This record gives sequence, C-alpha cells and structure tokens, in this order.
Amino acid sequence: MECRYSAIQTLGTLDGPGVRFVLFLQGCPLHCGYCHNPETRDANGGDTATVRDIMQRLLRCRSYYGKDGGITVSGGEPLMQAKFVTELFSECKRQGINTCLDTSGCIMNDDVTELLKVTDLCMLDIKMTNDEDYRKHIGCSFDALMKFLDKLSEMNVRTWIRQVTVCGVNDDDVNIARLNDIANKYDNVTLAELLPFRKLCKTKYDDMGIEFPFDCYPETAQDVIEELKPKLEKFKF
Amino acid sequence: MENTTNLSVRFKEYWDGFKPGAWQEGINTRDFIMTNFTPYSGGPEFLCDPTERTKALNAKLNELFKKERENGGVLDINTEVVSSLCNYPAAYLDKENELIVGYQTDAPLRRGVNPFGGIRMARGACEAYGYKLSQSVEEHFEYRTTHNDGVFRVYTDEMKLARHIGIITGLPDAYGRGRIIGDYRRVALYGVDYLIEQKKLDKKKVGENIMDVDTIRLSEELFQQINFLGKMKEMAAMYGYDISMPAKNTREAIQWTYFAYLASIKEQNGAAMSLGRTSTFFDIYVNRDMERGILTEEQAQELIDDFVMKLRSARHLRTPEYNELFGGDPMWITESVGGVNNSGVPMVTKGSYRMLNTLYNLGSSPEPNLTILWSERLPEPFKKFCAKLSIDTDSIQYENDDLMRMEYGDDYAIACCVSAMKVGKQMQFFGARFNLPKLLLLAINGGYDNVTGMKIGPQMEPLQGDKLDYYEVRGRLDVYREWLCKLYVNTMNVIHYMHDKYAYEKTQMALHDTDVDRMMAFGIAGLSVMADSLSAIKYADVKPIRDENGYIIDFDTKGDFPKFGNDDNRVDKIAQNIIQRVSTELRKNPTYRNARHTLSALTITSNVVYGKKTGSTPDGRKKGEPFAPGANPMHNRETNGAIASLNSVSKLQYDYCRDGISNTFSIVPDALGKTDEQRVANLVTVLDGYFSNYAHHLNVNVLNKETLIEAYENPEAYPNLTIRVSGYAVNFHKLTKEQQREVISRTFHTVM
Repeated sequence: MECRYSAIQTLGTLDGPGVRFVLFLQGCPLHCGYCHNPETRDANGGDTATVRDIMQRLLRCRSYYGKDGGITVSGGEPLMQAKFVTELFSECKRQGINTCLDTSGCIMNDDVTELLKVTDLCMLDIKMTNDEDYRKHIGCSFDALMKFLDKLSEMNVRTWIRQVTVCGVNDDDVNIARLNDIANKYDNVTLAELLPFRKLCKTKYDDMGIEFPFDCYPETAQDVIEELKPKLEKFKF
Repeated sequence: MENTTNLSVRFKEYWDGFKPGAWQEGINTRDFIMTNFTPYSGGPEFLCDPTERTKALNAKLNELFKKERENGGVLDINTEVVSSLCNYPAAYLDKENELIVGYQTDAPLRRGVNPFGGIRMARGACEAYGYKLSQSVEEHFEYRTTHNDGVFRVYTDEMKLARHIGIITGLPDAYGRGRIIGDYRRVALYGVDYLIEQKKLDKKKVGENIMDVDTIRLSEELFQQINFLGKMKEMAAMYGYDISMPAKNTREAIQWTYFAYLASIKEQNGAAMSLGRTSTFFDIYVNRDMERGILTEEQAQELIDDFVMKLRSARHLRTPEYNELFGGDPMWITESVGGVNNSGVPMVTKGSYRMLNTLYNLGSSPEPNLTILWSERLPEPFKKFCAKLSIDTDSIQYENDDLMRMEYGDDYAIACCVSAMKVGKQMQFFGARFNLPKLLLLAINGGYDNVTGMKIGPQMEPLQGDKLDYYEVRGRLDVYREWLCKLYVNTMNVIHYMHDKYAYEKTQMALHDTDVDRMMAFGIAGLSVMADSLSAIKYADVKPIRDENGYIIDFDTKGDFPKFGNDDNRVDKIAQNIIQRVSTELRKNPTYRNARHTLSALTITSNVVYGKKTGSTPDGRKKGEPFAPGANPMHNRETNGAIASLNSVSKLQYDYCRDGISNTFSIVPDALGKTDEQRVANLVTVLDGYFSNYAHHLNVNVLNKETLIEAYENPEAYPNLTIRVSGYAVNFHKLTKEQQREVISRTFHTVM
C-alpha cells in the first residue's frame, strides 16, 4: 500500500515523547487560518512511499529513538490516509516501535477506528473551543472533534491535547476554562499543552501565491504561554 | 642515583598509598591508572565553583586575551630568542597567586620564534604582525639546515607541482608536524631521573645490534631524548622545582605533567600539540591527598582550573597562509575524557568532571580541546552532564570509545581532532590531505588542471561526448587515484625522513617507549562533493561544458540525483567506496620507517581554501565555492532531518578510515526539545544512537544561526563565542570573514 507524503523529519523532538521519526502525510480537508504547512493540503501532491519504504528508513534510525521515542505520523491530516497509517502502525507494533498520531480529529469512520487500535498515543489538536470559531477559522464542526475525543476515550487511547494560542482568538479565560473542562472530563487525556502561534510559515504562503489568513494576528510571545500555563491543569511543560 | 631494581622501595615515600602493580616494575602508566582509579557514577553535585583567587587570576588572563585580540591576534613576539626549553627566564602572570607555573617564553602570550621547521615561515610570521626576525636568529639559521630546507632538497618537480596546484595541500613541510602525544604523565609518576636511566639502558641495548641505518638513527635519537630530558629538569629548576623524582602530591603531579607538556611546546611548534588523557590520572592523586586530609574538593578544582588557564595561554606563531588552513589559532591541546577500560568499567571519575567543569568555572573556550570518549556504558549522569555542556558552551566533541577501544585499548588519546593513538606507545606521521574533487576534475580532463592551466599526472585526452558516463569516469579515476596515491606516499616519506633528521621531537619521543609503533596519516578533503558528483554522473544527466581547447570547465547537470546526507544507500555506498579505494591504494605504497597507512576524512578549515582552488563540480557546486568540512554532507542538501544525515556519515567505515571520520553537527536549540531537561535527554539519545551505529566522531553545536550572523556583524559583542568547526573548537571571532561565512552557510538542523 502506498501513501502520499510531503516530508520526513528523522530527528523530531517536538511531536511526541522522546526523539521521533516524523512522517508528514499529504492532504488535509481543513483550512485552518494559521496552518503551518499549507503545502500539505493538496491530497494529490507530495511523493509516494510504501509501508516497506517507510519501515526501511525508520528501522535504520531506530537506534536513535531510545526507550521513549518512536514514530509520529502527522500531516496534512493523517486520518485521510487511515488505511495506510493502520498498516504502518501495525508493522511498527510488530517491531516494538511506539506509535503516535498527530491529528485534528476531523474524520471518524471504520478505518479510523481500526487505526486507533494500533495507536499508542494520540496528539489531538483542539484548535478552538466552540463551534462558531471552528466553522469560521478551521472549516469543520466542533462536534466532530468531540465525537473523536469520545471515541479515543471509549478505546482508552492515551491522548495529549494541544492548542496553538493566538492572541485575540483563543487566549481568553473562557477558552482556557473550556479546555480544562475537556481535559478533565477524559481520564485518557494525560497532558494538555499550549503552543505559541508563529508566522515562520508566511513565506510558504507567499511562495504558493495564496493569502495567509492569520497574517493579521501577532506572533504569540513565550511570556503569554508562561502566563496561561498555570491555568491549564494538565499542563506539564 | 644508582638504579635500584626495586622501584617500590626506591620511591616508597612518593608512591605510598597507591595500590601496587606492574606499574612499579617498569614504565607502565596505564597499569598505574587501571590499578588505582576510582570510578564515579554520580552526577556533578560535588563540583565546586571557582574560588576568589581563581576568578581574579582568570580576570587577569582574560584582560590579556582582550589585548591580544585588539592587537590583531598576536600580543607580542620575542624575535631575539629561538624557542627552546631553557632559552627564556621564568615568566608569571601573577607569581604569588599562581598554583601551576610555567610559560612558553619570557612573558604570558608572548610568542616565540621556532625556525627549526623552516626559517622562511618564522620570518614571514614575524613580518605579518609587523615584527622583524632578529639578525642574530637569521645568522644562526644561515648555517643550519631546517626541516623545510631538507624537504625541498629532495622534492621532485612533480611533488612541487602537486603542492602548487593544490591537489595535495597543508603538508607539514615548513612547520612542525605535531600530532604526537608524549606520555606527559610519566614525569609525574616516575620522575625524570628514572626516565633517563631507562632510556640509557635502551640505548645500550640498541648499540648491541648491527649498526645499520635504522640502528644508528635510533641511537642518535635516544641520545637527543636523554639530552632533552636533562633540559626539562633544568627548565623546571628555573621555576624552582626539582622534577628528578616522582610527584608527591596532586599539585606536583599536575605541575610535573605540565612541565613535560610545556617543554614539548617550547621545543616544537607542531600543528597539533595534544595533551593526552590526564584527568583520571590526576584524580588518583586527588583521592590520595583527600584521604590524607591535605586537599579539599575546592582546592582540587582550583588546581585543575589553574592548569587549564595555563593550557589556554599556549600559543604558536603562525603565518596568515597557515591560518587559512588551520583557522582560529588552534593548538589542539586535546584532552580525552571518559571511555571504558578493557574490563568494561567506565573510566569516568570525579577528575573527569573537574576537567569539564573548567568550562563553567573559567568560561567557555576552544582550548583545551575537550573530547569525550563516548561509550554506551558511560554512567547516565555523566552523559547528561556532557550533553548539558554541549548545549551551554558548544565547546566539546565526542568520539566513539566502543569503536576505538577495539583497536587502541583503554589508554589511548586523541591527537589533534580525531586521531587516536596509544599514549606513549604509538605516534603518527601527520600528512594533511589531498583534494578529492580536484582529482575527479584532473581525471576527466586527462591530467589538466582547469584552475591553473597546468598539466600533471598521466596525460590523456579529456573525456569526450555530451554526457559524462559513470563507468568511463570511474575507469579514469582508477588511473589517477593510483598515480596520486603513489605520489602522496612518496611525498610523505620525504617529509618525515627530513622531519626526523632536522626537527626530531626529542622531548615528546623521550616520553614514548623506545620501540614505538608508527602510523602514517593520510587524508582526504571534499568527500561529500566527490560522492554527490559521482552520484550526479550516475543518476542524472551531466553535460560537460568545454573551453576553446576542449577542456571541461563546468557542467550542466539536469535531473535529480541522490545526495549524501539523506540516508540513501545509492549515494552513501559511493561515499563508502571512495574511502575504501583510496585506503586500499595508499596501502600498496611502502612507507618511511614501515609506518602503517591510515586515512582521515577531516579538513580543519581547509575546506574553504580547497574549494577556492577547485573548479566547478558535477554536483552543482560552482568554481571556488567551499567544500563541506570533514565527512559532512554538503550544506543544506540534507532534506530528511539530522538523523538521516548522521546515518549517512555513520556508514563510512572506520576500518578504512582509521585516522578518523569528522562530522560537525549544528542544531538549533528549539529543534532539540522544548525544555532544558528534554534537550539534554534528547541529545544523549542522539549520541547513543549515532555511536551505536559505529560512527566515529561528532562535533555538537546547539545554537541559532542568527547568533552567528550577529557575531559576524558585531564581533566585539561576542568575544567568547565558541563553536565547534571540524574536530576542534574556535573562538568565532578568530576565524577569517570568509571562514565565518562558510560556517554560517552550513546546515542548521531546525524544526520542520
């Protein structure tokens, strides 16, 4: 089976525990206003690789991933290629490699259920905390996301929730309170973290000749994150 | 003194408190260490901050460094007196407050002239800094043959031409060859008198052989060794110390060892004057003194801090041309720390920590060149401490002990950047390197150098046709490689014959076994350019562009091709193959004194100069552009992240590259993890992973490119910015602007 992917980062330290092999898949149905990888949206772009191709490369890097690391599949939206990721993760599990799925949780079907069976850790982006913002800035319903979270809980998949903090959009106390509610409602959610909004990706938009919707917002200073951190009960970093 | 066979009786008052062993029956520093060292598996909690005395002395030293910087890189030159062991009176920075004493010349940081390698080099170096070599030195050397004179008396026209067009560069034919590590610890453990007695016995024994060329030479060398051991005693006496007997305590052990090192750098101006492996050795003395209640941890750290301040003050006088090849005024006072012994016990001691702690106590610094001998078996807290040091200071490098121990045992040390040798038992004939991409260009042009327009080597027609054919190019390379390897070995034989004859390292060799094992260290530059070029020829369309005479001067490369640094076997195997073939070819040519051929992929900063002397290459590199340093992939061609890059380099086989495979790795802090703790843990994981794949060496820089750009633009704001370049570290401001630009252009692994 083949996937379409945009990049491989063999030294990933920000996408899950330890040092990880990060596969960025191609294709995403959303159009988040702050999307960092707009080049990965086109489902027909990127290169192709088989499970065997990826496994060969992953295994050559294995000695670097120590006891905590492993593979993370990110994107794009990996759920769009759930069958491929299921096959890849199954092979990883056979080899004893930790699997991590970095997703927006916007798709739920039988293929996704199969994928979650072989997922050790799900990093779920909770981009906003209300339906209005989701429809406005992201392009799907908040409800779809909550259904995904219910499924994770039902299958008891260890989950980290993450949110990119954009000042003027989701840095208010109401949002943090809702994030706390969500995080505390599910026992399988073991960690919640906030990431600062960055505009390094601006050049990608320029290169592609498309508008960067969140260009109007300022970058989020680390100080803002430090200030919000204590309010987020499951924040550990 | 009468030679008493029972050393333990003779040296009872010096050795009291040490565990007995074979080291008491003859010179055997290794056995002393293995019998007496105390492994330490804890963390850095016990370490002490600098004392007020240390801080004050360090401030004085930093003030001198500042003056030296303001003065254009050289504080002062003594042009009247030739550097040697006893030619200068004792010098001090602050006599009352120095715990370890001794400077190279009559004042700290004042550089001496050392014309034994070549008078022209000494003269040129003086003039470059606005001085004039004194008439007396000129006159003295008028009637004396230098190493440089000797070499050029014998060099063939072809050797001179190869040097001139830059296919072989950086050869030690006008300066000291260096890369020899005396076992300086022997002076502390046995005292000089015993060492002299042993050498006299050796000389007597040598005299019983047939007096052929080898025997006569060795016998004369022993005479010189004995003579200079005597001078070493005299030099120490000028500072008020008698080093004829072993050291009685820690301070003496460090002082005696330092005197031995100091004598060597007064006598020799070798490119790399490495220290060896001393920190665990000193720790044994520290433990004994602590048990006796005469030394505290704070005092132990003070002694090491003071010792390191002396090492940081070591200087040699160089020409600007030399600085291009070996940028940043390095001495390569390499100190190897850590490793595991042959029984599998980590040799990490509190002494290892004290040595590394100098980077915190005195501030980061390129010297001494602190080198961690990494093993998966090193204690976890020590691994973390090293990783933290890398992140904080960018001043240390790592080499694979699990790999080197198989070949060199457990008392080897690193000379220069990556050259391993058993301390006091092995030495090497240093041989710089040849330019691989230039060899490729010569081969396809049939022995025509498209930069100088000169002809060298076998003469043939340049390759014909509109597309370079991989197998045809390889066939040509076979011919030219064979020619060059023979020429290279022959040139090295001339150089080292003359170095032994006219600039023999008497002091350092006196601190080796008489029956020393010799290696001849060859090198290559531009490995990744060569690998990518061959890959382009094999996997893409490379159309040669010719000048009016039909010589190929550029290439039009169409299509994609695998590039070294992406864990892609198609090109990584080409790189492996290059090393294998060069190594095999070199070994076919006999060497001076039957030295064993070794090879390194290491460039120092010569990758910039080499690039300058090399035309455009099929990989897309344009004429004059720098190569990547050492075995590094070419800048910014790594598209799959750092581990894929490390994987490509770790495929290069140490068996064919026994003198070292240098890799410099720069990563931005954010890409290593979110918190300090994570960054440390992740760096440890990366190092463990890299070395478990049989990789040899890694320089680690954790910094942002923006910092370097700022330092490039405002050097005065970053006087102490230290970064690892190629097997050693430099103060960034000491590099030329061109070298700085090259460092900035290197790959910085970032967040994707």
